[in-house]
Amino acid sequence: MLLIPCPWCGQRPENEFRYGGQAGIVRPADPAAVSDADWGAYLYLRDNPKGRHVERWRHVHGCGRFFNCVRDTVTDRIAATHKPGEAAP
Amino acid sequence: MTGEAARFSFLSLLRHGTGKTWERQWRDAQPKASYDVVIVGAGGHGLATAYYLAKEYGVRDIAVLDKGWLGGGNTGRNTTIIRSNYLQPESAALYEHALKLWENLSRDLNYNVMYSARGVLMLAHNHHDVQVFKRHVHANRLQGIDNEWLTPAAAKAFCPPLDIGSGARYPVLGAALQRRGGVARHDAVAWGYARAASAMGVDIIQNCAVTGIVRDAAGVAIGVETTRGPIGAGRIGVVAAGHTSVLMAMAGVRMPLESFPLQALVSEPVKPVMPCVVMSNAVHAYISQSDKGELVIGAGTDSYTSYSQAGGLHIACETLEAICEMFPQFRRLRMLRNWGGIVDTTPDRSPIIGLTPVPGLFVNCGWGTGGFKATPGSGQVFAATIARGEPHPIAAPFSLDRFATGRLIDEAAAAAVAH
Repeated sequence: MLLIPCPWCGQRPENEFRYGGQAGIVRPADPAAVSDADWGAYLYLRDNPKGRHVERWRHVHGCGRFFNCVRDTVTDRIAATHKPGEAAP
Repeated sequence: MTGEAARFSFLSLLRHGTGKTWERQWRDAQPKASYDVVIVGAGGHGLATAYYLAKEYGVRDIAVLDKGWLGGGNTGRNTTIIRSNYLQPESAALYEHALKLWENLSRDLNYNVMYSARGVLMLAHNHHDVQVFKRHVHANRLQGIDNEWLTPAAAKAFCPPLDIGSGARYPVLGAALQRRGGVARHDAVAWGYARAASAMGVDIIQNCAVTGIVRDAAGVAIGVETTRGPIGAGRIGVVAAGHTSVLMAMAGVRMPLESFPLQALVSEPVKPVMPCVVMSNAVHAYISQSDKGELVIGAGTDSYTSYSQAGGLHIACETLEAICEMFPQFRRLRMLRNWGGIVDTTPDRSPIIGLTPVPGLFVNCGWGTGGFKATPGSGQVFAATIARGEPHPIAAPFSLDRFATGRLIDEAAAAAVAH
């Protein structure tokens, strides 16, 4: 079980959180204007790297807020977490 | 080694039993400069692909590369369950194709893969389960696939250790049974395909990690860079399970995949006590007994993507708590080992088999939490796809471009946990 530092609440066990997938995916402003391939990419394509991953988590059994997290997917070590809108370190 | 000299038979077993030592079952090949076909990944699916390419399409100049050892990934880490009772017609066709191959696989390979059709029992714990499983039973019967509905008493008769009492924590309202479902020896599947493919001239090259995919000026994939030097390829098939995204990124292709650790564990060995496979999607547990006597138990995936091949302890504990409720007599069993494998899941929980945007590059991936059962069928339709340069009819619906067209094959709701 991971120990995850919520930017508001501090270190809490993983089962207080819900994983939110890759961070920084932006919904196209005008869905009707994008191609099927681009819309499919927005919906379904993910980075899935072996190494540094920038992702979202939500502290569902705590403050309830979303935040961003930088984690290594091989060691599961969390390099940093930060509030939405702040730049990744 | 020639195919004939190494054939297993009553006489060969007798001869070896009197002191003659066994020879290697497949050649430990060294990489050549180039091959007609390079398969990346020497798991069950990759080895089966090479076997059917050699056997059915006459392609003998094949290398199967693996960064580790043969069958050391998910092929050696799964819970060996085989069934074909899927809901969607496309999936049912694919998995039933595989099940029919399982039924004759030991004879086909001249290698005992220990396929045992002991029945797969899927428990319904609530009214929603009952409705979903009955829908499966009817859909499967229309598809010509055996699947039947059992009352709780009939389920108990089929699987005596099951608790169907009125005080059960997870009441059993019925079960769907596929009698032709069962298990096979996972290692033997890899070994059997490796041995048969090697006998036809396929080079199986272990400890050879692919570090790049080489493309010519027109963008066509023409070879791979490896830790043992460059290898040219007429066609490349990526069959790399949890590492598919990493490999495809070497050719500039983003995949609709996320990789998660999936866990399994085994108990200390005991005398025969579980006559069949039991799966419970609602409480997330599945269990069978190996021929060595260990109870083989499948747990869930972690919630987050990872390549750690471990998985959180709380995930395994949740499954064990459910197993102890459903089978009270197992409560005092000790667990011997637990481990994780990295599974590549797609958004619709169906695999991807076919061509890619890169000419010469083919992919077979996205089997998620349930690829073992498909091994023979997956290998055969992927071999056809590589040989012909167009999808096999059974593989065609599982194309990569369905994530642009929207023609998804949604098995996520159909098989909520264990595929």
